[in-house]
Amino acid sequence: MTSIQDYVPVTGENVIDRLRQLARPLRGTKVVHVNSTYVGGGVAEILSKLVPLQKDLGLDARWEVIRGEEAFFQVTKSFHNALQGIPVHLQDGFFKVYEETAARNSEELRSILEEADIVVIHDPQPLPLLRSCPNRKGKWIWRCHIDLSHPYRPVWQYLRNYVMEYDASIFSLADFAQPLPHIQYLMPPSIDPLSAKNMDLTPEEVQAAKVQFDLDPDRLIMLQVSRFDRFKDPLGVIKSYRLVKSFAPSLQLVLAGGEATDDPEGAAVLAEVRSEAGGDKDIHVLLLPPDAHVTINALQRGADLVVQKSLKEGFGLTVTEALWKGKPVIGGDAGGIRLQIVNHHTGFLVKTPEGAALRARYLLRHPDKALEMGRIAKELVRQNFLLTRNLQEYLSILVALIYGDQERIELQLKSAP
Amino acid sequence: MSTNANVEPFSVKDCALVTIATGKKAQNLKEMREHLLSIHLGSVYHHFWGGLLRPRFDEPEYNNDFAEWAHYALQDNILAERLSVINPDPFVNLESLRQELLDIIEQRLDEIEALPWAKPDQQFHFLRSQMVVFDTQGKIEEPEELVEALPKMSVGSIFYHFIDARRRSPEMMDDFRSWLRSRGADDLCSQVAAVDPYFGSLVDLRAQLTDLFAKYYFRGVTV
Repeated sequence: MTSIQDYVPVTGENVIDRLRQLARPLRGTKVVHVNSTYVGGGVAEILSKLVPLQKDLGLDARWEVIRGEEAFFQVTKSFHNALQGIPVHLQDGFFKVYEETAARNSEELRSILEEADIVVIHDPQPLPLLRSCPNRKGKWIWRCHIDLSHPYRPVWQYLRNYVMEYDASIFSLADFAQPLPHIQYLMPPSIDPLSAKNMDLTPEEVQAAKVQFDLDPDRLIMLQVSRFDRFKDPLGVIKSYRLVKSFAPSLQLVLAGGEATDDPEGAAVLAEVRSEAGGDKDIHVLLLPPDAHVTINALQRGADLVVQKSLKEGFGLTVTEALWKGKPVIGGDAGGIRLQIVNHHTGFLVKTPEGAALRARYLLRHPDKALEMGRIAKELVRQNFLLTRNLQEYLSILVALIYGDQERIELQLKSAP
Repeated sequence: MSTNANVEPFSVKDCALVTIATGKKAQNLKEMREHLLSIHLGSVYHHFWGGLLRPRFDEPEYNNDFAEWAHYALQDNILAERLSVINPDPFVNLESLRQELLDIIEQRLDEIEALPWAKPDQQFHFLRSQMVVFDTQGKIEEPEELVEALPKMSVGSIFYHFIDARRRSPEMMDDFRSWLRSRGADDLCSQVAAVDPYFGSLVDLRAQLTDLFAKYYFRGVTV
């Protein structure tokens, strides 16, 4: 199990000391996180690390998962899509399935939830649990990990009725916040530097990944890791690659993404990408399984140029991952990419394939500059987008909720929640 | 420096900020003015000083978020320059700072013929923050100990003692000067007062203060 001490080599002792100081008045505080799965997906990945670290810092933290039938998860997947702006067909019985599943789960969880000092409900699946806990004594937070900037209104209106009863919400970006009657905290996502996707790899492991996918390790590699989605502009990346290749003939392009079997549009985009790539043997379209974390890590570390040419982007964790590996990123001037790419310092913000190509040529022409930008990029992530920062923000929010809503909360050493 | 047994040691504190969305957004200058009239004063504070806790890699072109937005989103450089030059220190409270912002914006609204709009994804989001202050248990007994203690302080400590203190203390003074004054180091205080905190990062600021104290205590007063 990961302990907070494991992060000292990455963040430095000072950061961990601060976490200990901040957590001191929260010792023994009962915190319950609730989501809908122990495995798979970003939320489970975060909780699998966050909860043990909160415990390690002295909080009485636990993680509960609601259970449901397939029909329930079909409903919540529709909700998820709708909250991200996709109009969905609300079939008869959708809301009934949702509410009944929540009611069944509340029978099992009620005593734990009502006793907790803080309950953090992640995403929409467990939202109705609050209503089934009339004797709750703690504060309830809804942590929304979804891009809620343009929700499909009929679904949001329904879910909002539940959200409004919470004491606070947490959103990833200001763009996602909604008019709500309670306090809305902002907490950008983070990456775990010790996870398989971000841990240090040996040069041999990086080399092995190149060989595995028939990449010539002695030639330049341009990489974009993302779903096959039009908003990620994979065709624009191919255009950029072609513009760069006339100046750097040894260039190879890797477009690496997950399988798109459950996403009809993803399959269509993938077909377009393959068609656009045509017979170019230097364009490698890789379909990777969901657990190919080490492979992605190795590809990012082995790339000479990292691109994330999104036209729309929630936050862009693949940008964070590449920056953490000391790679300046050429990214689309969109959404959360702007928070991470400080133009000319940690990479370049671009609007067109031509712009991406120009910046790629610059980085190839100035390897020293690329190296320096990579160093700054890693520092940016170290200071702002690591799990330890996330943990600090959680602790601060818990303190703020427990100790009152004044602007400045002075913690006394012996104070207790 | 003589030790004064009656003076309390400097107690090193640290702080963490949590950002809060107010839900208010501006797409153009008129909307900015409308929201500014009633926005939580904590939002004025956040947009003047919160930037110091965000990543910076060089000297910022503009010293507050309002000026940055005028430049990058509205592309109104005249307004950006006027907003950027506001020094928040002399304002007795945040309400008077809000009025200064409104004066400049209203003057600009009178001047311009066409209202510039920000793109949909470049709206100004009014944010505010809550600060959690905690005791690091670090104590500094003598002023010269600052030379060693400062480089070890977190940027949160620098923010709390050097920036936030100006709003906390009745004299609108940073904690270092308040403490040094109680130790009779008035000449050092005037050097600290000359440090402009609005350019560069908190890391730079920490280095600048460390350098200043080191020169004062180990190389004489005339640096």
